[in-house]
Parts: sequence; C-alpha cells; structure tokens
Amino acid sequence: MSETATLLRCEGLSVRFGGLTALNRLDLRLRDGEILGLIGPNGSGKTTFFNALTGLYRAAGGRTWFAGAEITGLRPQAIYDAGIARTFQRSRLCLPLSVFDNLMIGNHRRLSLGLWFNLCRRSRFAQELQRHVERARALLAAFHPRLPERMFEPAGALGMIDRRRVEVCRALISEPRLLLLDEPSAGMTHDETRELMDDILAARERLPGLSIILIEHEMGVIERVSERCVVLNFGEKICEGPFAAVVADPQVQEAYLGSSS
Amino acid sequence: MSARAAQQPVLWPAFAATGAIACFAYLFLRVEAQWEVAALAVGAVLALLAFGRTRLGAAVGAAWSVRPVPLAWGALLAASVVVALFAEDHFALLLIATVLLYGLACLGLTIQFGYAGVVNFSGAAFFGVGGYTAAVLATHTALPHPLVLAAGGVLAGAIGSLLVLPLLRTRGHYAALITIAFAILFKTFLEVNDALGGPQGLKVPGMRMLGWSFNDNIPLGEQTELSFYLSYAVFSLLLLAGALLLMRRLERSWLGLSLDAVRIDETAAAVFGFEVARWKILAFTLGNVLAGVAGAAYAMMTGFVAPASFTFAESLIMVSIVILGGLGNPVGVLAAAALVLVLPEKLQVIQEYRFLLFSGFVILVLLFRPEGLLPRTLRQYLPGWGRA
Repeated sequence: MSETATLLRCEGLSVRFGGLTALNRLDLRLRDGEILGLIGPNGSGKTTFFNALTGLYRAAGGRTWFAGAEITGLRPQAIYDAGIARTFQRSRLCLPLSVFDNLMIGNHRRLSLGLWFNLCRRSRFAQELQRHVERARALLAAFHPRLPERMFEPAGALGMIDRRRVEVCRALISEPRLLLLDEPSAGMTHDETRELMDDILAARERLPGLSIILIEHEMGVIERVSERCVVLNFGEKICEGPFAAVVADPQVQEAYLGSSS
Repeated sequence: MSARAAQQPVLWPAFAATGAIACFAYLFLRVEAQWEVAALAVGAVLALLAFGRTRLGAAVGAAWSVRPVPLAWGALLAASVVVALFAEDHFALLLIATVLLYGLACLGLTIQFGYAGVVNFSGAAFFGVGGYTAAVLATHTALPHPLVLAAGGVLAGAIGSLLVLPLLRTRGHYAALITIAFAILFKTFLEVNDALGGPQGLKVPGMRMLGWSFNDNIPLGEQTELSFYLSYAVFSLLLLAGALLLMRRLERSWLGLSLDAVRIDETAAAVFGFEVARWKILAFTLGNVLAGVAGAAYAMMTGFVAPASFTFAESLIMVSIVILGGLGNPVGVLAAAALVLVLPEKLQVIQEYRFLLFSGFVILVLLFRPEGLLPRTLRQYLPGWGRA
C-alpha cells in the first residue's frame, strides 16, 4: 500500500470515557476507493471510532490524517468540509421535514447561507433552489426510481428502507470522498438489506473514488461488499485482512463465540 | 387534470376565510353579553381545530401557497376595515393594537422557540427592555421616534446576545431555567433601580412621526373625533405585516432550513457542517429585536412602563400563546394572541381565574394536540412548491 494511495490514516487513536477505554491505540489505513468492513461484537468500539473520526468525540490520544491533511481534533463541521459524511446507526433523519429538506441538510456545503441573499434576493435564491432540486431529484432517482416522487413528503411518512436510502443520499449529496455507514441493515429484513446494498454499490459505480467504511453485523453483507475487514474487540484491533481470512482467525472466533476453554 | 387544477386553485375560499375572520374579529370586539363572548371564543377554538382537516382548509392553504400576493393585500384590507369600524372606540382600538404588538413579540418567540428550538421564558423581559429604552430615549433625547423604536429592538437584541452565551452551553430544561432566572432578575433590577423609576416605573411620551402626533384624537368634521389609538393600531398593523413578511422569507429559505436542522437534531446538524451556535444566536437575537420593537411601541402607546408589566407571568403568557397557536406557525400564533389577550378583557367573569383557565387549556392542548391549534405545515420555498 503506497503512501500516495492512502485516503485515511489513524495512528494510535484512543477514546476514553472516564476510566473506560472505548478505543485503544487503533492504527488504521484506508486506501483511496476502498470499501472497508468494520466488524466486532457489541461494544467493541466501532461506532465510537466513527464518532471520534467525525469529531463528535474528542480523542484522548493519537492522530488522524485524511486526504493528506491532518484532521486530528477538528470539529464536526470541519470534518464534513474535509469530505467525510456519515449515516447513523439509529436513523437521524429530520422526520418532520420533507425528504428534500433532509437532502439539503446533507448538501449544506453548497448552500448560500447569507442573510441578504436569502431574505432579499429571492429570484436568485429561486435559481439556486432549482439547481438543487434537480440534483436532489437525480440522486434520488439514481438510488431508487420511486423516490423522487416522494421528495416533497415528510421523511417520517416513508418506510424504514426508504428512510435508510434517503439517509444514504443525504450523506452522498455533498459528494464526500469517504462515506461512513453505521450498520445500515439495522431494523431491516434480509431482503431489504440486500436491496439497500445493491443501491449503495450501484451508487458507488457512479461515484468513482468514493471510499466506504461499513459497520455491519450481518456477515453476509460484509462478505459481499467489503474488500478488506478490520475486527475490533474491547476497543482494540484484533485482526485485519480479507473477509475469509478474518473469519478463520481463532482470535476473531473467540471474540464472537467466547473462549472454548 | 387534477395536477393542473391544483396548480391554479380558486382564490375565493381564501378570500372568504379572510372575510370570515374579519367578521369574527368585529363581532368578538363588539358583543357585550357574557354568554355571547363565551360562545364566540368556543366557536373560534373549534373552528381553528377543525380548519386543517376540512376541504375548505386544504383549499385555503393551496390558494395561499400559489397566489400569496393578492391574498396578503386582501388580508391587510380586511384588517384595516376592522380597525376603521372601531375608529371612535378607544377601548376596542387599544385592544386591537395590544394584540398586534404582543403578537409581534410572540412572532419573535416563534423564531426562537418554533424555528431554532431556543426556549425563551423571558419574552416579557425583552419586551420590557424595549419599553424602558423608549421611555428613557423619548424623554431625555430628541432622537426621532422611528429610531427610538429601532433602539428598543437593538438594545433588546444586545442584552439577548449576553444571555445567549450561557444558553449555548446548556440544553433543554437547563436553558429554560436560565431564561426564567433572567426574567426574574430583570423585574427585580427594575424594582430596585431608582434611575428607572423603581416600582412606580416611568412615563413615556407618545409617539411622533413625520410631524404626526399619535396621542391626539383625529378630528373628522364638526361632530366626530377618531380615537388617537387609531394611529397606534394602524402603525402596529404595518409593523406586524412587515414582521410577517420577514418571517415568511426567513422560513422559506436556507436560513429556515438551517434553524429547523439545528432544532430537530443538533448532533446531525453539526455532522453536516451546520454552525449550531451561529444559528441559535441568529434566531435568539432576531426574536429579541422583534420583542424589543414591539415593547417600545407598546410603551409609547400606553404612556407608561412599570416592572409589574414585565413579570415572569407575562413571559409565560407569551410562551403559552406561541404553543397554543402552533409552534412555528405565525398565523396560528396571531390567532392565539387574539384569543388569549382579548378574552379576559371581554369576559370579566374569568378575569380572576384567567391563569387557571389558560394553564388548563395549555395542558389540554399539549395532551391532545401538541402541535397547537393551527399546526405548522411543510416548508414551501416558492409559491406552489411541491405540487407538481
């Protein structure tokens, strides 16, 4: 793995809550364009890693570089601007707002937020709005042909799988270089999960260069989607490699199934 | 076919609704018998509750969505007609102007609480900052009165920007407690401050603009004289119309979207790059400016400010208006302001029990209709938005 092709690099990343070490000296590298599966039992630090990476948690130690620049300790807003977008394990769509509004929240980087522009330049605002409507419609349509017609409905009116789709679209509309998916299958059936993964893989075809880190409990999903896996247990990386090698690792089996002795 | 019909809705239901509201306002202010007042109030609440669920409500909403300009002029005209019908009646005009100015302050609270989710239990205090600013500036300086009003707004906004610092570091109940503390602090400060008149308060000169003295009755022919409150009522109406336009544009822009995002989920908003503090400060300041301007105009109309007018209880009334009307819906807030402020004046039986009744009513609404009498609808960035 050459240095130039590295998109994300963490060295010794640690997160502590009081006396509990949720993430312990994690070293991690992600190649540009790679899909990395992040697995591990409950409480092993996967979501903590996402929260630390996106600036929601302050790391107790370690450094992080993204796309050649150090992002250690940056605020969530700056991480977003650097090009990292995410979804949440428990859907955090703004349910009372329309699907379009939710997408525009993800599109924050491209919105003109000046007071004067928004309040007094209504015709120019309308032009900008029109451009964003078309972008949103195209993205939704690419994701699922049925979604654009629901663009002006409240997000809360959608079913679970469509909410997930909208949440992924909200993360993708800003055209990030790295997408963090936190257990997209949670609360969905097998069939729905497969459909959603098809959609995500199809979306990636159209967004060359998009890298993904995927947290997932469904091993079938990980096996199908990820090119490489990192296994966490009690906040530490215990194994790394292709899916087949990782599941064969005795340490991983012990973490999931418990010690046989 | 149906899509085309939805794009060009008929306007008459909306005009009819405006007319009906104007007739109701006239009757409500005119009737004297207690049972009539009570019947009208109950009727109004029921009509508001039913409005959104009927086809008439949908038709009115569609008309306002697609052709807002003629309807807005119609509403302004209807309001002027109601004001004109009471042109000689001091009491009715005072009530109207009071509703309009309190309504203006409550629109400010709506920007804070309804849009950005910043609670403010000290609305009356910011109203009072405007009032006291007007009292001091109009008495001791020759500042033109439009600037006095503006100064009331600016000072309220400035004091609010001090209060916003602790508000940004807290959430939920704790933020509410900070504003409650400020409301009580403000009243106590006024009571012990002799320069500001202590418990007795201050007199405030009447408003003068462009050589026009608002505090003189307006002679009309030999016999009749129009109440001087007419000037205040018309002026308040214009202020309110301006604020409504501002709120509409605010809500229907990326600004409104940003405020909503921050209110609904601060964490998600931050992850998508929103500067949460910036939006809270904007909403809080803008809301306090509106409350301050309203307070300054109100003080000049009543001619007098005292700590007893700006108590925590008054702030609670403002919050209850904002919640009753429908969080984030300016029209609902104005309807609630009219009901809450006019009812105790017209229905003397309940004067003493009005806090009891209001609190009971607020609890009922929160239990059975938490989104308020007239719930907010989805954002429409442009006329006719989302009906293609």
